[in-house]
Amino acid sequence: MIQFQLNGKQVSANVRPGTTLLDFLRDKGYFSVKYGSDKGETGADTILVDGNMMNASLMLIHTVSGKNIETVESFAHGQDVHPLQDSFIEEGAIQCGYCTPGMVLAIESLAREKDNPNESDVKDVLAGVYCRCTGYVKPVKAAMNYLATGEPK
Amino acid sequence: MKIVGKKTRRVDGLSLAKGKAVFADDMPKKDYLYAKILHSPIAHGKIVSIDKSKALALDGIEIILTHEDFTPHYFTTAGQGYPEPSPRDTSMFNKTMRFVGDRVAVVAGESLEVVEEALALINVEYEELPTIFDMGDSIDNDTVIHPGKDGFSFLHDASRNIAANISEELGDVQKGFNDSDYVFEGTYFTPYAQQCSIEPHITLTWLDENDRLIIRTATQVPYHVRRVVAEILDIPVRKIRVIKPRIGGGFGGKQEILNEEVCSAVTLNTGKPCRLEYTREEEFYAARSRHPQKVTYKIGLNKDLMMQSIDMEILQNCGGYGPHALTVMSVSASKTLALYRAPNVRIQANAVYTNLPPAGAYRGYGAPQGYFALESLMDEIAEQLNVDPIELRKKNYFREGEDVPIAKVLGEGREGFPVILQSNGIDACIDRGRELIDWDTLKNEKKSGIFRRGVGMATVAQASGIAGIDMGSVFIKMNEDGSFNLNMGATDLGTGSDTALAQIAAEVLDVPVEKMIVISSDTDTTPFDTGAYASSTTYVTGAAVKKAAEDVLSQILEQGKKLLEVDEATIENNQVVSTDGQSISYQDICTKSFYTDHQTQIQAVASKVSYDSPPPYNATFADVIVDTETGFVKVNKIVSITDSGQIINPQMSEGQAEGAIPQSLGMTLTEHMIFDDKGRPINTDFENYHIYTSIDMPEIIAEFVHTDEPTGPYGAKAVAEIPINGPAPAVANAIYNACGVRIRECPITPEKVLNGINQLPIK
Repeated sequence: MIQFQLNGKQVSANVRPGTTLLDFLRDKGYFSVKYGSDKGETGADTILVDGNMMNASLMLIHTVSGKNIETVESFAHGQDVHPLQDSFIEEGAIQCGYCTPGMVLAIESLAREKDNPNESDVKDVLAGVYCRCTGYVKPVKAAMNYLATGEPK
Repeated sequence: MKIVGKKTRRVDGLSLAKGKAVFADDMPKKDYLYAKILHSPIAHGKIVSIDKSKALALDGIEIILTHEDFTPHYFTTAGQGYPEPSPRDTSMFNKTMRFVGDRVAVVAGESLEVVEEALALINVEYEELPTIFDMGDSIDNDTVIHPGKDGFSFLHDASRNIAANISEELGDVQKGFNDSDYVFEGTYFTPYAQQCSIEPHITLTWLDENDRLIIRTATQVPYHVRRVVAEILDIPVRKIRVIKPRIGGGFGGKQEILNEEVCSAVTLNTGKPCRLEYTREEEFYAARSRHPQKVTYKIGLNKDLMMQSIDMEILQNCGGYGPHALTVMSVSASKTLALYRAPNVRIQANAVYTNLPPAGAYRGYGAPQGYFALESLMDEIAEQLNVDPIELRKKNYFREGEDVPIAKVLGEGREGFPVILQSNGIDACIDRGRELIDWDTLKNEKKSGIFRRGVGMATVAQASGIAGIDMGSVFIKMNEDGSFNLNMGATDLGTGSDTALAQIAAEVLDVPVEKMIVISSDTDTTPFDTGAYASSTTYVTGAAVKKAAEDVLSQILEQGKKLLEVDEATIENNQVVSTDGQSISYQDICTKSFYTDHQTQIQAVASKVSYDSPPPYNATFADVIVDTETGFVKVNKIVSITDSGQIINPQMSEGQAEGAIPQSLGMTLTEHMIFDDKGRPINTDFENYHIYTSIDMPEIIAEFVHTDEPTGPYGAKAVAEIPINGPAPAVANAIYNACGVRIRECPITPEKVLNGINQLPIK
């Protein structure tokens, strides 16, 4: 039996050894965490573990015992939409949207970790989340607007 | 206009940002059978025997299907209109394997683990056949890749390994060369490159309560999927419902019937739901890619720089099968030959079979290959004649009012339709791009030192849908709160077409976009659409939306007049207003129409097929730095200026260009699929096949110039594909400007550049 925090709630999981966190989360209906590749390059499976960006497909479930996992399902915190997500919509930073939850988590981890991050910091964290639609131009802009003000422009 | 051309938030933005369950695989867990494909490990050979007994004996394995279970039915995996212009050269499971990755069997079972175990236990005996990997060796090779004739419908000559051929001449090309003052020729190569949508191909199938087959799939072509699956599995169309949810990128890769029929076969044979998802590795060798092409252009000009003859020759590798083989080459020719005017034009093209993976549709659809050749050669001509490359181009463009004769000759596998250009913003694109890249300074500054900076440019065209073939249809109905359902077959593959089409409807109906409820791409509930390809949706389906909305609007007006009991009225701010000052709101009109007065449902359907396909135009400028010690090319900046007529949604249109540019830069500099001497793929992950990430990106400026296309909805032309055509030749031209090295083969790797530098007489 493995216990950990998932989006602020304590969960106990009784799962087969070898189950990845990606499979566990999707089985439980956390569909924002997605398959993109087997080696984590795409970052479609990005989650936050104790606030750090990690690849859910590369983590076996037993390794998260006692840790705090976050996905974007928890993100709006009772509001209609989190300001970072709103910034993505406002800037047109979403095309197919498959990578968007991963990008949102990547930027949020940066926001928590660093004071006044700059554009190069944003590009660094987004290098862990592949996007084939946007060329990263508008996602970077959305991130900068959010980081500068905490609000979309 | 209130909504068209204005910033509009995406109708699906909120659900996507929140990571809601909108993609194909985001379904509450059913008792799926998990299916996986057994792929051929050999590039060419016949299956002698398949022993599946050990695999079937495993606990949890439900079914294994191979060629032995089906009577061959030949089809093409290309998701195209009917009859398809691609050769019908494959069946669900073939007895002959034609590339490493070809389909041997499908295994379905209770878990992925047991299915993977079973795959390893299937014992297949092959009789290996000689292979062809170099497309130059294919025609008239002793090895014939598709020797059988029974059941196949071929467009060209299988006995010579030719999947498709184009041979057309307008005027007399040889006479044109004889009469020219100068004749130039160049040969250029573009490689296998992969679409790399981040969501892989995924299909879920199940039987509903009426035993109808439901196919929930990541596709660009839901109606073609329904038609082809019905045909292959020999079940009536009425027994199938195809649902396209949100999809995680397509870029042409999902304009293919790829696994939908296999997943369906498992469900029909077992009665159980089935899920088939490709891994990233399978995406690289068992999905589709860009056709490698060797393109030779020969151009004759007079002293006044006016072109007299253009001769284009294409050799295209279509791999083991020929989906899109003819039409991709046809686009390579028709889109490039629609840019410059010459009285004599010839095209000779062959798509040939090899024992490498079949290529398919990929954004640009042949135009990127053709333009890499044409726009590289244009710069080479300018260089040799010592004239300004922009002036050379400007002298030769087709202009507004001119007839583009090639369009009539090269349709989609049949004769096309004549094009008279009615909008052409190429000059404005060039002027704006030239300014933003600082062309005049950077082009002419002296190049010296280890790091050399250069600029290059290219001008390109595409089309807006396939004339006379693409058809979109929509259904709009009114609700009593003044909202409208907009149901359409059109397929939003992440481009935002649901939003752009809602904008067009909202503009006509004079309501905010929030009043449009969009449902798209469900073969049960939305009317027919050929699908999302050929940059057709805004132009073709957009026109259908406009037509249906105008019909609804006139019904609202008529109903309003009846309810107000007046003869004359107009529509203002969601109300029908009579000349004598009475008014009635949309809500009241619809509510009364439902329940009390002149009862009716205000609704309309409309279809649109366009016999025009106006070209959008684009000028792309590149600013690069070449490290002359390592050959490494760094792209500083790309400026991409496009004439797409009236832009419907500026932000989304910019996004199309911003995303197309790194896809092209990948093919130009870093991306190509590599195979070993047995035809086995080598680089099947993102460590070894490098697509652009955020830290690789140059500065990008993507803008649009305004033109008004009289045949398009609100003056619109296409956006989606054209920005992918320019970066490759612009970068190649910039490298030449920087260091004097001309590379005619993509990807332009550091070793090719360095080799070129080492061969320069003066470095």
